[in-house]
Amino acid sequence: MSVADLHTLTGAYAVDALDGPEREDFERHLAVCAPCRDEVRELTATAARLGPAASAAPPPGMREEVLRRVATVRQEPPRARPPAGFPGSPVSPASTVGGAGRPRRRTRLVLAACLASAVALGGVAAWQYDRARDARQSAEQAQRRADELTGLLAAPDARIAAGELPGGGSATVVVSRSRDRAAFLAARLPEPPAGKVYQLWFDDEGAMRPAGVVDASGGRAAVMMDGPVAGADGMGVTVEPEGGSAQPTSEPLAVMEFPAA
Amino acid sequence: MKETVRITGPAGEPDPTLDELLVEVARGDQDAFASVYDAVCGPVLGLVRSVLRDPAQSEEVAQEVLVEVWRTAARFRPDRGGAMAWVMTLAHRRAVDRVRSAQAASDREYRAALLDHTPAFDSVTEQVEARLEREQVRRCMGGLTEVQRQSVTLAYYRGLTYREVAELLSLPLGTAKTRLRDGLIRLRDCLGVAS
Repeated sequence: MSVADLHTLTGAYAVDALDGPEREDFERHLAVCAPCRDEVRELTATAARLGPAASAAPPPGMREEVLRRVATVRQEPPRARPPAGFPGSPVSPASTVGGAGRPRRRTRLVLAACLASAVALGGVAAWQYDRARDARQSAEQAQRRADELTGLLAAPDARIAAGELPGGGSATVVVSRSRDRAAFLAARLPEPPAGKVYQLWFDDEGAMRPAGVVDASGGRAAVMMDGPVAGADGMGVTVEPEGGSAQPTSEPLAVMEFPAA
Repeated sequence: MKETVRITGPAGEPDPTLDELLVEVARGDQDAFASVYDAVCGPVLGLVRSVLRDPAQSEEVAQEVLVEVWRTAARFRPDRGGAMAWVMTLAHRRAVDRVRSAQAASDREYRAALLDHTPAFDSVTEQVEARLEREQVRRCMGGLTEVQRQSVTLAYYRGLTYREVAELLSLPLGTAKTRLRDGLIRLRDCLGVAS
């Protein structure tokens, strides 16, 4: 096989689509071809991004079994870095996820935490309404809100957009056109100034429609936006006096376009 | 009545990232491993099952992969990329090794039937993080030509060699090779995998 032919095997190698002797030939070539190593790293990192899309729910008992096994398996000690791009060193291919990848992963983990919080809302929201309402009624209401949120996330046409907030927080909106509802999730929201709250808005082609206020205590929020999505093509967050405003009184802290259906 | 939901409790430290957890795993921290397990188990099992198809065998290989994550965690270097990518690369290699050793390569019917399967990236999970990733992957897959998409799907999600891909799609070997590479390059640019 010519050198030019070997160059084009980077893609096949990155998805483990080379067999036996061909794989060995290509690995020998990799050792002397720095551009090939770079490309293999990038394409292996790309392929790895396809993996989580095939996620499956693990069967019950698997967690206990794996945790039981690792308790008896001796770990490899740290050792010198293996050559780049070689089998047995899945370290190397991922090197290219670099700067852009890290914040994105963090966002996803934070998001997962948000979702866990959303599911656990029941008790918290119940506490919030204890004084105003009958406990049973408020529990039902809280449960309904938590159900709404998880139901929205599970809607087949739910679309998600995530972004960074000024100051380092992250915001996510979830929109389902079929349910005509949207939710707003945020992490690491800075505490608003005294007497102020965060307010959400639907963006109806430039006209801002109030969609509820968010109390960001603890820096986290997971809230259904008030009212239908209707014709809105985006949403915004502003800082408003306590109780909220009928129209934004400040420049938006963040605006996000709704993801396309 | 405002639809306000209030998450109480101290703001505290942000949750550790998967990269940070894996570094702890390399130091023998079993609690950190349990957290890593929770984050990667679904993707690992899904990918292995997509390649192997047999549920029992998939669970067995997925367990091996997860134990290998524990055993070889010291090889992971956070400065060199993401923990999820590292684990996925490990899982894919293991699944493919198994499929090539165990499955009769001459099972043409099995190979041919693969083309009829719904692509694995359509599989449904409820996890919002998986959904984010999946939407992006689906969108980027949609930007490929049909032959590129089929080549990448068959090689990655089904664990075929590029020779098998060529045979299945009736392509010259050289074409299968370049379509795989072109497809991955396009995906790289679409997914924003920077060098």
